[in-house]
Amino acid sequence: MSVFIIRRLLQSIVVIWVMSLLVFGGVYLIGDPIDMLINPEADQEDIEAAIRALGLDKPIHEQYWYFLANALKGDLGKSFIFSEPALQLILARAPATMELAIVASLMSIMLGIPLGMWAGLKPDSIAGKSIMTGSILGFSLPSFWVGILFIMLFAVMLGVLPAGGRGPTTEFLGLQVSFLSAKGLSHILLPAVNLALFKLSLVIRLSRAGTQEVIHQDYIKFARAKGLSERRIILVHVLKNILIPVVTVIGLEFGSVIAFAVVTETVFAWPGMGKLIIESIDQLDRPVIVAYLMIIVFMFIVINLLVDILYSILDPRVRLQDIRA
Amino acid sequence: MAVEDLKTHFFTKLGVVKAVNGVSFSVDKGEVVGLVGESGSGKSVTGFSIMGLVDPPGRVVSGRILFKGEDLVQAGERRMRSLRGRRIAMIFQDPMMTLNPVLRIDTQMMEAVKAHADVSTQSARERAREALVRVGIPSPDERLKAYPHQFSGGMRQRVAIATALLHKPDLIVADEPTTALDVTIQGQILYEVQKLCRETGMSLIWITHDLSVVAGLADRICVMYAGVIVETGATSDVLDRSMHPYTKGLIESVPSRNRRGQPLAQIPGMTPSLLNLPPGCSFHPRCPRADEVCLAEPAIAEPAGTGHSVRCFYPHLEQG
Amino acid sequence: MSVAMNEGSAPGAAAVRDETPLRRFISDFCESKIAIAGVLGVLLIAIIAIFAPWLSPTNPYDLATVDIMDSRLSPGKQMMSGVTAFLGTDGMGRDMLSAMFYGLRISLGVGVASGFVALCIGVCVGLAAAYFGGRVDMLIMRVVDLQLSFPAILIALILLATLGKGVDKIVIALIVVQWAYFARTVRATAMVERHKEYIEAATCLALSHRRIVFRHLLPNCLPPLIVVGTVQVASAIALEATLSFLGIGLPVTEPSLGLLISNGFEYMLSGKYWISIYPGLALLFTIVSINLVGDRLRDVLNPRLQR
Ligand SMILES: Nc1ncnc2c1ncn2[C@@H]1O[C@H](COP(=O)(O)OP(=O)(O)O)[C@@H](O)[C@H]1O
Ligand SMILES: [Mg+2]
Repeated sequence: MSVFIIRRLLQSIVVIWVMSLLVFGGVYLIGDPIDMLINPEADQEDIEAAIRALGLDKPIHEQYWYFLANALKGDLGKSFIFSEPALQLILARAPATMELAIVASLMSIMLGIPLGMWAGLKPDSIAGKSIMTGSILGFSLPSFWVGILFIMLFAVMLGVLPAGGRGPTTEFLGLQVSFLSAKGLSHILLPAVNLALFKLSLVIRLSRAGTQEVIHQDYIKFARAKGLSERRIILVHVLKNILIPVVTVIGLEFGSVIAFAVVTETVFAWPGMGKLIIESIDQLDRPVIVAYLMIIVFMFIVINLLVDILYSILDPRVRLQDIRA
Repeated sequence: MAVEDLKTHFFTKLGVVKAVNGVSFSVDKGEVVGLVGESGSGKSVTGFSIMGLVDPPGRVVSGRILFKGEDLVQAGERRMRSLRGRRIAMIFQDPMMTLNPVLRIDTQMMEAVKAHADVSTQSARERAREALVRVGIPSPDERLKAYPHQFSGGMRQRVAIATALLHKPDLIVADEPTTALDVTIQGQILYEVQKLCRETGMSLIWITHDLSVVAGLADRICVMYAGVIVETGATSDVLDRSMHPYTKGLIESVPSRNRRGQPLAQIPGMTPSLLNLPPGCSFHPRCPRADEVCLAEPAIAEPAGTGHSVRCFYPHLEQG
Repeated sequence: MSVAMNEGSAPGAAAVRDETPLRRFISDFCESKIAIAGVLGVLLIAIIAIFAPWLSPTNPYDLATVDIMDSRLSPGKQMMSGVTAFLGTDGMGRDMLSAMFYGLRISLGVGVASGFVALCIGVCVGLAAAYFGGRVDMLIMRVVDLQLSFPAILIALILLATLGKGVDKIVIALIVVQWAYFARTVRATAMVERHKEYIEAATCLALSHRRIVFRHLLPNCLPPLIVVGTVQVASAIALEATLSFLGIGLPVTEPSLGLLISNGFEYMLSGKYWISIYPGLALLFTIVSINLVGDRLRDVLNPRLQR
């Protein structure tokens, strides 16, 4: 167990290190770091001071050490546009993205599992077939396009929900969240559903496949032979079996939900990290870009690590390669 | 309990699989009946039909299953559910698969108690505990809190048996419960089931493909072949004075001590496909005694009212 | 382990005359009506994409004919030039239908080109991993697994953020995103094939590496490759559209469907739905058609499901 955790930890450190090499390579080797990292509007004196501060006058391997040391100190440069440390800027936007991603993940589980189980239990019924057709469509639909349709339908045509923005927030456990007030809820609803759709098909497919596998097992027949009601068999015996893999996969996919929030945030003008990065790319605010990339990769790796460890604790019969395949 | 001309067919894409095709037998109170036949002969499907648990695309197409005068084939799902686990219980072949891997033993046993008795959680747990003690599981309190994967195969089968015994049913259908176990464990379980039967007076249908298992256990034996019972009788009659050529073949193919050194006999040919059975007696293509008469359906013959009956035109009658 | 090589020619099949594998494949494929619809859809898209300049009512990028007076005409209105804009016009007065034909051309071109290059790279890398095994295999598969553990959009984002905009840049990004899928597919199939007797026989005959790999291993990897290739083209088109929508994909001079949707998005709130919705429907039609074909191919080519 602890051997497993230590090995996973080492792996993660290696991946983060490789990432730092790649980002460094991208910024320092492909592009011109002076353009990339120093505000082009600064005057000559400032530029030279910055070159020295970043160690850009040193040989390449020393520059890498500078970069690494600064990154470890949490210094990922200053935004050209906002003149604020890039890291701080991004972290200020993180709660909005996190809230959106968490609400979306929960939605995809709470909608996807019942739908998937239904499709698994009644594969030949009209409902079962429509659920599966819908989930194939869900795989095909580009999510920004669905977002646009949502806006057209609910904001423009029906006028029942706002077209974008986060709306008012309420304080909850020291964080500003939307989902506690009715107004905030109306703002988060469309983007969250949009982002949830992205994983909904996956959850439906996993739950359906899981249900179909489980209902043919002997232990389900034995449960019937005990005289249990169909309700208890489905809600306890089947559900509990598919819950572990589905929740694990959604956990593993959480990083990609955050990455994908870039699209949803842009469509719905949701003030999170994703919208920030797109604006930064547009305005060539490179320190913010570099910082975002480092942070999201780091988050990604930490999430994967946590889920792996949690899963191996939850289910002693871990079959990680199975669920990842 | 009596099964009368039961037919259970599976309506698959490839055709109709006649898994059980006219089975009749009866089980008296306190009696142990062995249902013997090679795998694929329809034994499990017979058991599931009694429980009302035939999976689609399967369906009981005709016949009656009389349990205390009530026809279970006609009984509704509600009625069947109230009988299952309470009056009729079933034990399955593979103990590794019969317990839900993600639920604790106590959950799985207590839900079985609560399915039929309106009792408190506390007394449900107490009954589960008692049932575990009855089947000889040491330190039951600890065991109740464990998950199935923490048990050995033999232990799991004991848990399954304990679960089946929770409501002291009138009939237990045991579908090859020892096939997947080691020989020593098999012996222990056989011994305990026999003891429990005697103590509680319940009836038992013991399904197996192994004649030697039922030899010491069953009062009567039904030999099944391709969805039909070909021979029925008291255990000693069927084993010592078998009449059907198939039963004879089965007995001769069991390795035994007093025929050491002689080559083992085997039944030539293969089990027929249930999708498309040979006409008449299904066994005739493999039977040494068959001729064109066997292309017709053989009737049940019961020589001399011994309760020993056979479904064959040319039964072995000479020895006796 | 014995391997049945000729599963296709079971006794029953002998009754059917002239049953070549191709015919069998086609007849299997056509059993699904919805898949035939998918094929027709793909054909339609391909024809429109190839012949866009001849099929479009107007040339939307000929500045001489585009008139700003025509901007945001609703569907069915007549433009200054006398041509009817069946699907309306966009903010710059271009005929939507023509813009979509050209956009489809760009979207499909980018998707197919990047898919094809990624396939070639993936095949070479995957075959090398499977054929040489050992360290080479381990190293390659580490990289593949690492890359596949990140979502495609994140990798594309990283690349485009450092490389900048441009058709070449987005094609590069799409190739980098996709090659790993092909490499993994090829390696998995080739690993199975490699241990079969005929490869060992070929090795015994001292055939050259290249000959064994390309004449013997590769043909057997084709069925899964075709399936993955189809699905990848669809997802490349979707990804390109997404990136272009975000404004980090294609430049405005090369308006793909995604960029058209993005351009129309700003008019959406004022109820001018057509500028955004019609290119969206075209994108949807493209992706769904390709995926329907891909799904059916998967069912037909999957050896486990073959009767
Ligand atoms: N779900 C099913 N679908 C189709 N055929 C089935 C199904 N279950 C059982 N059968 C058929 O019924 C026959 C009898 O099976 P079974 O009763 O399990 O045999 P056994 O005597 O070994 O217990 C088998 O030949 C099998 O093909
Ligand atoms: Mg059986």
